Amino acid sequence: MSVTIFVPPQLRNYTQGASKVAAEGADVDAALSNLSARFPGLKFRVIDEQGRIREHMRIFVDGERVRDIASPVRTNSEIQVFGALSGG
Amino acid sequence: MAVQAKAKKNSRSASKERKGVTLLVGTRKGAWFFHSDAARKTWRVDGPHFLGQIVNHLVRDTRPSGTLLMAAKTGHLGPTIFRSIDKGKSWKEAAKPPAFHSTKETTARAVSHSFWLSPGHESEPGVWWAGTSPPGLFMSTDDGVTWASVDGFNENPMYAKWCPADGGTPDGALLNQIVIDPRDASHMYIATSTGGVFETFDRARSWQPLNKNVEANFMPDPYPEFGQDAHYIQLSPSQPDRIWQQNHCGIYRLDRPGEKWTRIGKAMPKDVGDIGFTILAHPRDSDTAWVFPMDGTTVWPRTSPDGKPAVYRTRDAGKSWERQDKGFPRKQGWFTVKRQAFCQDHMKGVGLYLGTTGGELWASTNEGGRFRQIAAHLPEIYSVSAVERL
Repeated sequence: MSVTIFVPPQLRNYTQGASKVAAEGADVDAALSNLSARFPGLKFRVIDEQGRIREHMRIFVDGERVRDIASPVRTNSEIQVFGALSGG
Repeated sequence: MAVQAKAKKNSRSASKERKGVTLLVGTRKGAWFFHSDAARKTWRVDGPHFLGQIVNHLVRDTRPSGTLLMAAKTGHLGPTIFRSIDKGKSWKEAAKPPAFHSTKETTARAVSHSFWLSPGHESEPGVWWAGTSPPGLFMSTDDGVTWASVDGFNENPMYAKWCPADGGTPDGALLNQIVIDPRDASHMYIATSTGGVFETFDRARSWQPLNKNVEANFMPDPYPEFGQDAHYIQLSPSQPDRIWQQNHCGIYRLDRPGEKWTRIGKAMPKDVGDIGFTILAHPRDSDTAWVFPMDGTTVWPRTSPDGKPAVYRTRDAGKSWERQDKGFPRKQGWFTVKRQAFCQDHMKGVGLYLGTTGGELWASTNEGGRFRQIAAHLPEIYSVSAVERL
């Protein structure tokens, strides 16, 4: 499935400045893996080695927050990735 | 041949003296380089690099490759390693940063940050070691591009006891140091904040605690087999059988093959104490070492005792200590100097360098005889490493 991923400022050095990129995948995990294949290193900075979303990152699919990267997406879904509050 | 080799070595050494020193400074908000002139009198600042990244360690390979590795993360983003093979002009991220094995357990470990980076043994070019929080040991065999778990430690049947999940410092439990015997690549030491010092003779496949007579005054048994908080260890370069340790509970020395540490900090002035984060060995004199004491009384301020910063030096293997405070504030100097933020160079008239959590960088170019501030207003300094000038 084709989805759009919104990239937060913290990760745009990976995407050559792009704030919105297309990706393929049936769930959040697959879509982020697809993105990371093009922009190496990106996924690991958002998702840890146990498949958990890192503490200060937030992911929303079509406006709904997801906590499990196995969450499914639909064709044309929008995946928003945010850097949440993380201290001073 | 031997004469030629010696002449070449002396020539290299003289060349280093002519070039000066570069300080690699890792901070809570990025990295800086400070380049000295040959006399180490003037310093040129270069930075920030990676502004906003939390840089726990920035290290240069002392072997011919000269690769620079940086252990970094941000408040939001997970940990990674950045590499430079052109003296910091350009950087590339490791393709596979340190990470524990993936499992299905909900409480499975994930690397929070890489804390310590060590180039491997001289005989193993391209090999690097990393220590992480939570405590983990990782190795790269391709000059820091990809990293793998060292299962001899990370999956050791004793791991849960050596590195309990609830143990550790405010920033998380640490495998805070990796030290390799310069004579034998298979013989290594690691320091942890949860289990103390461990030793391997088979290149990290198996480990044994090495903590006899080291106090852990926060445990029911104050002298356990493991459970100590080993802040820092260093081998004497001129006598690698001599190990110095600055522990959470004092200053120690161990002469191998002995296994029982001696608390040499007992000879420190009582009103200063022997608590601190780091101990430095003299590069050529195995009886000389330096510490930077901090207040470890009551609620543990971890600042210079009485607000009067000073280095203490022993020149008799810890039998006695002398105060070195020339150049530091005489009062109201509440320095905290973290584990990796005190280092030495190997030049004639050994240089000592320290970075404070208040963002000040201090240097002595006469073995602690006098210090001077060479930078201020940096972010909280996490690590300082002195290398031949880049």
